[in-house]
Amino acid sequence: MSGSEFVPLSLVPMLIGVCVAVACALPGNFLLLRRQALIGDAISHVVLPGIVVAFLLTGIVASLPMLLGAAGAALVAVAAIEAIRRLGKIEPGAAMGVVFTTMFAGGVLLLEMSDTSAVHLDVEHALYGNLESLIWLDATGWSSLWDPQALAYLPVELPRMAGALGLVALFIAVFWRPLKISTFDEGFARTMGMQTGPLGLALVVVAAIAAVAAFDAVGSIIVIAMFICPPAAARLMTNRLETQVAWSVVFATVAAVAGYVLAGYGPLWLGAADSVSAAGMIATVSGVLVAGAALMGPARR
Amino acid sequence: MNLKLARDNGAATDAERRLASPLAVRGLTVSYGQKPAVFSVDMTVRAGHMTAIIGPNGAGKSTLLKAALGILKPLAGTVTVLGQPVAWRRDHIAYVPQRASVDWDFPTRVIDVVLMGMYGQLGLLGRVRPRHRAQAMDCLERVGMADFATRQIGQLSGGQQQRVFLARALAQGADLYLLDEPFAGVDAATEQAIITVLKGLRDAGKTVVAVHHDLSTVRDYFDDVFLINTQAVAEGPVETTFTQENLQTAYGGRLAGAQMDALAETLSGTSAR
Ligand SMILES: Nc1ncnc2c1ncn2[C@@H]1O[C@H](COP(=O)(O)OP(=O)(O)OP(=O)(O)O)[C@@H](O)[C@H]1O
Ligand SMILES: [Mg+2]
Repeated sequence: MSGSEFVPLSLVPMLIGVCVAVACALPGNFLLLRRQALIGDAISHVVLPGIVVAFLLTGIVASLPMLLGAAGAALVAVAAIEAIRRLGKIEPGAAMGVVFTTMFAGGVLLLEMSDTSAVHLDVEHALYGNLESLIWLDATGWSSLWDPQALAYLPVELPRMAGALGLVALFIAVFWRPLKISTFDEGFARTMGMQTGPLGLALVVVAAIAAVAAFDAVGSIIVIAMFICPPAAARLMTNRLETQVAWSVVFATVAAVAGYVLAGYGPLWLGAADSVSAAGMIATVSGVLVAGAALMGPARR
Repeated sequence: MNLKLARDNGAATDAERRLASPLAVRGLTVSYGQKPAVFSVDMTVRAGHMTAIIGPNGAGKSTLLKAALGILKPLAGTVTVLGQPVAWRRDHIAYVPQRASVDWDFPTRVIDVVLMGMYGQLGLLGRVRPRHRAQAMDCLERVGMADFATRQIGQLSGGQQQRVFLARALAQGADLYLLDEPFAGVDAATEQAIITVLKGLRDAGKTVVAVHHDLSTVRDYFDDVFLINTQAVAEGPVETTFTQENLQTAYGGRLAGAQMDALAETLSGTSAR
């Protein structure tokens, strides 16, 4: 495929896919080890009431208020999960289950009670997002990457997602040691004077930011899959956290790129006429990677 | 008049003793629910000595250590480390818990666990340099675990894991070592290896406090004893404080006759020394 076709049509969705995958996989490593990996699932459910409330307050369907509503709902959910876990001494999985089902149900009720029927909040969009539609029509080829005029019309999702990825990577790089030590041995971390409670909360908040930023662009399927699959596959490759995180980035990138390409061209290669959902294919590829690692990973138990 | 005499004979005031002690506890009460697990305990550990904390199961020994470390919040009382609140002196304390509450499936090797002990030195972003690795290997060497450096931490036996956590404590380069039953579930050879390391620390001027259950080895291993059963029972040098009478009080008459007789032998045997 030539640059004049690839850059406007495929480059941006692919880059967004990679940013989403890596931004979710990075905190996913720690969440998986802390047995909190379902937080991605929880967050993608609780954004529904956030989006509905944002719509009710502003009365418009626009990206920014909805994003803020989703972020607000995610923070409320994170706080509620932590509170239930601490006060009720309930294991994290159950606490998440309680919070996300309640908030999701609340969102559905809100949607029914209020007059949002005019607005089309469709389920398919929420699940699969619209990765394929994030095209960069102003680009004419590779040279557009240096053309300020074309760059000005770059889909806003790309810089937004790149920013989220930068934030996640920075957080993990700076707090690498406390995160590692407190995930491995919380009691020891506390004797070293680490604030393990606030640190765990910060990790979840950072994950929530990544999830909410990603949700808008790619839907919840990729978010849920990327929090869990690349770290799970990476864990089977090594017995070192450093190496595990590196593998998870590789797997996330491979899933995003291969999933996008397969979704676009796989059906054609098979003789079918249409392409399939990129988000669905990316999630599927990440699942296949886990299966491969489970069969062949050197550190599987 | 009598009081004055005592002072002149060189007895330090409580404040002086507390300032000089690597670990001083005053009026410490800790409770998990209604009933306190540790009640109004005073303890003054002597610097450069090895102290055994002795008492029956549930006496509050682990609770005392955790409160001393500031992991548990006491209901009342103070803990000072060299005269300062414990939170200011974390770099000076190393702790080996009774049962490590770690995630055994965690992707980390033995050497990485020991390096975690150097967090105080390395800080948030300090690079791990070859000399840090060498130092960690040296700590593993001292506990006889150097051959296992690249094993995943879960793939060790219980006694081997215990030694790795001792190595991590050594890597902390602390002045005060708090160990909760370091000899639980280890074989005789490992026990010898560990006690050699601990005595080495003591001889290097460090202070060691260990919860200990085996009454027959107290005399060989320790300089001081601290007997506890929720409340402090007795505290002092082994020769004067590790007596049948104090033990009976601490164990509330729960030491079996045979155990007591065996103990009496070691007691009279060594006091004749
Ligand atoms: N997390 C906890 N929650 C509630 N009660 C506890 C907890 N930990 C300890 N206790 C209680 O506090 C008391 C003291 O426990 P602690 O663990 O300090 O005893 P110990 O002297 O270390 O005993 P052992 O020799 O068995 O290790 C016990 O009665 C115990 O049941
Ligand atoms: Mg105990």
